[in-house]
Amino acid sequence: MVDALAAMLANADFWSAVLRVATPLVLGTLGVLLCERAGVLNLGIEGIMVAGAFTGWLAVHAGASLWTGVLVAAATGAAFGLLHGVLTVSLALSQHVAGLGITMFASSVAYYAYRVSFPNVSTPPTIQPFVEMRWLELPVLSAQTPLTLLALALVPVVAWVLNRTPLGLAVRMVGENPAAAEGQGLSVSAVRMGAIVAGSALMGVAGAFLTLSAFNAFFFNMVNGRGWICVALVVFASWRPGKALAGALLFAFFDAMQLRLQQADVGGLPYQAWLMLPYVLSIVALIAVARRASYPQALMKPYRKGER
Amino acid sequence: MRLEARGAVSPAMAVVAPLAAVAFTLVVAALFVAWAGAPVGRTYALIFEGGFGSRFAWSETLTRATPLVLTGLAAAIAFRARLYNIGAEGQLYAGALAAVAVGGLHGGTGFELPPAVLFPAMLAAAALAGAVLMALPAIAKTRFGVDEVVTTLLLNFIVLLVVSMMLDGPMKDPTAMGWPQSVALQDELQLSKLVERTRVHTGLLIALALAGLAWGVLRLTTFGFEVRAVGANARAARFAGVPVTRTILAVALASGAVAGLAGAIEVAGRTGYVTLDMSPGYGYTGIVIAMLAGLNPLGVVAAAVFVAGVLVGADSMSRAVAVPTYVADLIVAVALLSMLVATVAARYRLRLR
Repeated sequence: MVDALAAMLANADFWSAVLRVATPLVLGTLGVLLCERAGVLNLGIEGIMVAGAFTGWLAVHAGASLWTGVLVAAATGAAFGLLHGVLTVSLALSQHVAGLGITMFASSVAYYAYRVSFPNVSTPPTIQPFVEMRWLELPVLSAQTPLTLLALALVPVVAWVLNRTPLGLAVRMVGENPAAAEGQGLSVSAVRMGAIVAGSALMGVAGAFLTLSAFNAFFFNMVNGRGWICVALVVFASWRPGKALAGALLFAFFDAMQLRLQQADVGGLPYQAWLMLPYVLSIVALIAVARRASYPQALMKPYRKGER
Repeated sequence: MRLEARGAVSPAMAVVAPLAAVAFTLVVAALFVAWAGAPVGRTYALIFEGGFGSRFAWSETLTRATPLVLTGLAAAIAFRARLYNIGAEGQLYAGALAAVAVGGLHGGTGFELPPAVLFPAMLAAAALAGAVLMALPAIAKTRFGVDEVVTTLLLNFIVLLVVSMMLDGPMKDPTAMGWPQSVALQDELQLSKLVERTRVHTGLLIALALAGLAWGVLRLTTFGFEVRAVGANARAARFAGVPVTRTILAVALASGAVAGLAGAIEVAGRTGYVTLDMSPGYGYTGIVIAMLAGLNPLGVVAAAVFVAGVLVGADSMSRAVAVPTYVADLIVAVALLSMLVATVAARYRLRLR
């Protein structure tokens, strides 16, 4: 067991896999983080990732370039984000229920559209996905695609915008104390709407990573709970982009590890026990950090002007 | 743009708003059907006929509605106290597994107990399994402040893996020729058919009785009042002396137990054993049903029959015209969103400046 672990940790392929698994989680977690820092829970992520994975892939399949596909996925995410914003910000509906509704709506639209576009295919049609950046000549990074680089670059960008710019201050204000923000002349609904749309666009790109980089086709259930993991990771990260990256990498580390250990048949455990590990660890981590978690004070509280 | 509270919901508005939501849903779904290139009217007619058009259609719809009433109740009970239990899917599987563990034919015979003892034990085990599964997120919420949405969602994935592990291992049916299914339930424990030559079983009566019970408890008892108080405003409820933590825990256990029962009743009434695909998302659909019903336990019955009819009807429709069955999920999702908007429209007036 120890030997197997040591061999795994010394292998560059393993660390490449960690980064690959982490990429959609980093993008999705940043997306959830943006929404929640503005005070809005977005449980639509799971469905938005499905929709982004589908539309991004569909655009490329129809002949568009890969980066156009990424943009299409982002636009898809933004569109569903706008819908979530109208429901939760303008109409002040329950953020839990609206988010779940968005997830159901977005994923059923994607699956329906896939079946309508490809009624009689037995194997999913494939595209030419992003290629690894061999030219980079760095040990682990050169085995990644440009989307991973984009995800990693977005972490400091989001952190900088949130913590160092007036725009970020506005986002944090409406998430902590919307009435005070309103008093400063900010439009709470406009800022929240913007944050949800931007965050949902990132979720769309997170989905597109699956079809345009990790795989080369669209499968049913390919998102498989990754969106929910992102929601958990944001809590784990105490709503900070840097910690979100660390959390995503940690989760990916365990996910990649369980895959290797499962293949090596270490300890004679059934493979399901290994598959369970990342989910169990997520719950344990949530409980462990909950006591010192500093929620955005207005999270899940709809804001109605003039109402207390 | 802002919302302005109406003084009171006018009776006309209370009727018009949900009807408008239904009409909107039909229009949106029609656009998708037209996009698939199918005749809209005929598609709707086929869905309606397949779901409600004949004795057979009704029997299939009621069979499908049985687990949905229960998962819908599980969601409605919990959501009433603002406890967002999204884990009914996992609790259903845990209940199904527990039912077979108690009432299954292990090594050919199973437990040598009279059915009069074994049957209630089987249901109790299923309810207990669901309740235990919901206890962890509820305790994590009340003790540590962990949001229950994420924990219950993650538990769904864990439970499905446990089920898969059991179907590969200790509870595997050795006669299933490698097919992943559990040992069968004893014949004496299977629920009898409600109507001859259909699949409707007496589990439907259990589900209806539970819906009535839930309505009565929520409406007529002190506990029900406390649940509603916690859901309306937990801080005010605590101030008024309602034991908030204990109420949330009790609601969690009840919600999990009902979802667990759904699993046992599916096994005893329909499948006879546990498989990994025995529930096509009944747990998640239950949330939609609870919302469509406005969290009213009696409304859950009506909403479950409606949703089951759409699901069954879409299945039979897609065999006749080239519209994917996913149109059913689409209709249900749009119905949920537009019903939510309708509730706001009934209570608020939208002022553009």
